[in-house]
Amino acid sequence: MIKTTVDLISAWLIPFIILVVLLWGIIKKIPVYETFIDGAKDGLKVSVDILPYLIAIIVAVSMLRASGFFDIAQQLLSGLLDLLKIPVDVLPVMFIRSLSGSAVLGLFSEIANNFGPDSYVTKLTAVMVGSSETTFYVLAVYFGSVGIKKFRHALLAGIFADIIGIVAAICVARWLFL
Amino acid sequence: MNYIWFFIILISILSAAYTGRINEVVNAIMKGAQTSIEIALYLAGIMAFWLGIMKIAEKSGLVAKISLLLKPVAKKLFQEVPEDNPAIGDIAMNFSANAFGLSNAATPIGIKAMKELQKLNKDKKSASNAMCTLLAMNTAGWQLVPATVIAVLVANGSKNATEIVFPTLIVTTITFVSAIVIVKVLEKFSPPQKQSAERDGEND
Repeated sequence: MIKTTVDLISAWLIPFIILVVLLWGIIKKIPVYETFIDGAKDGLKVSVDILPYLIAIIVAVSMLRASGFFDIAQQLLSGLLDLLKIPVDVLPVMFIRSLSGSAVLGLFSEIANNFGPDSYVTKLTAVMVGSSETTFYVLAVYFGSVGIKKFRHALLAGIFADIIGIVAAICVARWLFL
Repeated sequence: MNYIWFFIILISILSAAYTGRINEVVNAIMKGAQTSIEIALYLAGIMAFWLGIMKIAEKSGLVAKISLLLKPVAKKLFQEVPEDNPAIGDIAMNFSANAFGLSNAATPIGIKAMKELQKLNKDKKSASNAMCTLLAMNTAGWQLVPATVIAVLVANGSKNATEIVFPTLIVTTITFVSAIVIVKVLEKFSPPQKQSAERDGEND
């Protein structure tokens, strides 16, 4: 019930926003077409501006994933994870979720496929992935678009919040699903 | 960011030396660079479209109207931004788009907010406090329903995929609130920007 309502809102939100914006513009006698073109030009410029930042972060993350680092980390930390009742397979998810959205979805699909959609590992991963945002990508894109080089406390805040998110996901999943 | 970037690459190369996957890593460099261009290209279209729409909303005064509604909250979070600044409206829209999982719309609008904040920024190379707060809101990304995750669960034959909605909502709320609190606390300890020794942005 709640889900269908939210789905409906999600589906209608974009057309609704566009309609309201255009209507308002027409009522206020704004040249909507020319104004749109103006804004769209800015948009194209932005995507060129963020490109170097994207390349820097995406190449580094691809290298990390290909290097087998997560296999090593899994071996090293398996004892500790056992102690905390965290399935080893969740480990790469914890790291990757802050780095790459498509990669973490790939990992999640793999887990859901391997362990079954109703297993504890899958549910824990689902909560972890569903509540996350790709911190480093957001930092790169947002700051890149205006040429900010010094991130100041934004970086640390993002990392702390990610860690809290992981801990919260583990606690909530244990409480509700284990 | 300099060190983080360096460490990610360093760890990759060291791990590759250990696991013998150096060829894979070299391929990943090529592939990654290619993917970046694809993402930027994909973003370009949506970004252009949304910034076009947003421009209309701004010129017609709609953004100003919306920011009026969220003024009380925004005033608390973005003290250095003047109340009538278009950034407030953009930030409000960026938050709403995130909440409904419309990241395609949220990113361009968030970037527009970023540009408005950059206009107020004194040191154009370093992030202002307001920018850091906006970033915290977005890196924590509060979302009502994790639609993609549910889709993956359903695709894998889950009988009750929506049972993750409630726990995810709890976690995303905890993360979002902590992100805001953390960024506001860190703000106090963060070294001030250039040319704005103590009263950072208060007179702006």
